[in-house]
Amino acid sequence: MSRADSRSTPLPEAGEPADGLAVAWRATLHRDLVLRLRRPGEVLNPLAFFALVITLFPIGISPEAPLLATIAPGLLWVAALLAALLSLDGVFRDDAEDGSLEQLLLSPQPLPVLALAKVAAHWLLTGLPLALMAPLLGVMLSLPAGSYGVLALSLALGSASLSLIGAIGAALTVGVARGGVLLSLLVLPLYIPVLIFGAGAVQSAILGGGVTAHLAILGALLAASLIFAPFAIAAALRISLNG
Amino acid sequence: MWAFLHKLGSPKEFYAITARWLTPLWLAAVALILAGGVWGLAFAPADYQQGNSFRIIYVHVPAAFLAQSIFVAMAAAGLVFMVWKIKLADMAAAMMAPLGAGMTFVALFSGAVWGVPTWGTWWQWDARLTSMLILFFLYIGVIALRGAFVSREGGARAASVLAMVGVINIPIIKFSVDWWYTLHQPASFSITEKPAMPAEMWLPLLLMVLGFYAFFIAVTLTRTRSEILRRESSKRWVRALVEEGR
Repeated sequence: MSRADSRSTPLPEAGEPADGLAVAWRATLHRDLVLRLRRPGEVLNPLAFFALVITLFPIGISPEAPLLATIAPGLLWVAALLAALLSLDGVFRDDAEDGSLEQLLLSPQPLPVLALAKVAAHWLLTGLPLALMAPLLGVMLSLPAGSYGVLALSLALGSASLSLIGAIGAALTVGVARGGVLLSLLVLPLYIPVLIFGAGAVQSAILGGGVTAHLAILGALLAASLIFAPFAIAAALRISLNG
Repeated sequence: MWAFLHKLGSPKEFYAITARWLTPLWLAAVALILAGGVWGLAFAPADYQQGNSFRIIYVHVPAAFLAQSIFVAMAAAGLVFMVWKIKLADMAAAMMAPLGAGMTFVALFSGAVWGVPTWGTWWQWDARLTSMLILFFLYIGVIALRGAFVSREGGARAASVLAMVGVINIPIIKFSVDWWYTLHQPASFSITEKPAMPAEMWLPLLLMVLGFYAFFIAVTLTRTRSEILRRESSKRWVRALVEEGR
């Protein structure tokens, strides 16, 4: 907004909205990335949680490689999903507590677009690192060769949908004190389609089948959530802050 | 028509108008369920494969129908509430949710009981069972979210949004669970395609389904009416009504 003031164009309304939107989007994304990177614990904790949960399964079930290999795709996907879920609560909560979320609501730019920037920041620092780390844990679970690329790709695609869908739940529970368990209750049933096709892609790669169908559906789920979720997030944020 | 709908939107008018509907609705529900139940449980012929155990269908199928319909009705009421700010729609949605969760549970439970004689197991990760279980979790989420808000207005709007998000997701979940099930096709059990039922088997089922729907409408109306009295208890017309009752 200060940028628009400093410019002395005769018709500030004419060219401003589109330009202003891009600036606001980038600024929101940048702010969220910087805030999270300044507290590296918040970025690293989900990764540590992911590794820890994966460590529990061989201990709890059996260290035998053939057994682990058969359940590895599902385990990796479920553990990554839970790790992403764990970090969701913080997407809007800090901003709601220090009042900057209200500023976001008051800004002239459409709220769904700005909410999308916040979700993008969440995915860049949670979903993407989880996807990159998954192959390493796959090695530890003796995941069959040839499925590592698919694992990372399916997690990268799928976790973007997870961030979008999960942000609806995070926005709905931001006004609720200690909404963590409630958030999981709301969001986990909605995660099931992504889990099915994500773990299915890895499973299919292991069996030697084609993975394009699974990845295409994951992409379709992402496209659908990209279209609908920002509006639901925006509506939920308005409810949580005004209702 | 529109004038009538407008009238229905006001709690006071709704309370007055629906008073006349209650008795016929309850009578229809009781009559249909009694007729369908007695006919289905005592007089319909036994299934040639499953014997008498197939009679669980007369509870299972209507409950499963209602479980899904109530979620859609709840989301529709949520939409009406969010768009036109009709408080009555939210009251109805709030009153429907526990009934819907209950019906989902009845469908799951009767399915489990039915599974023992037919599949030899209480639980089978079958596509329909799994999507029903997920529906149950969705209901719990909506009810829990409404309860978590301190302000009633906030809880109502949040629950409406979640119900709408859920109703968009139900077909996607159903499709993906079907896909998942065909991938993991277990060899041991499968739901045998139901043979085309003779009329004396499906007619009682139809009666039961209609009876369950009448029951649902009757329960929702009754509960919404008492919710109106509870929420509007400070209004003059409610006080007048209470005085009259004495």
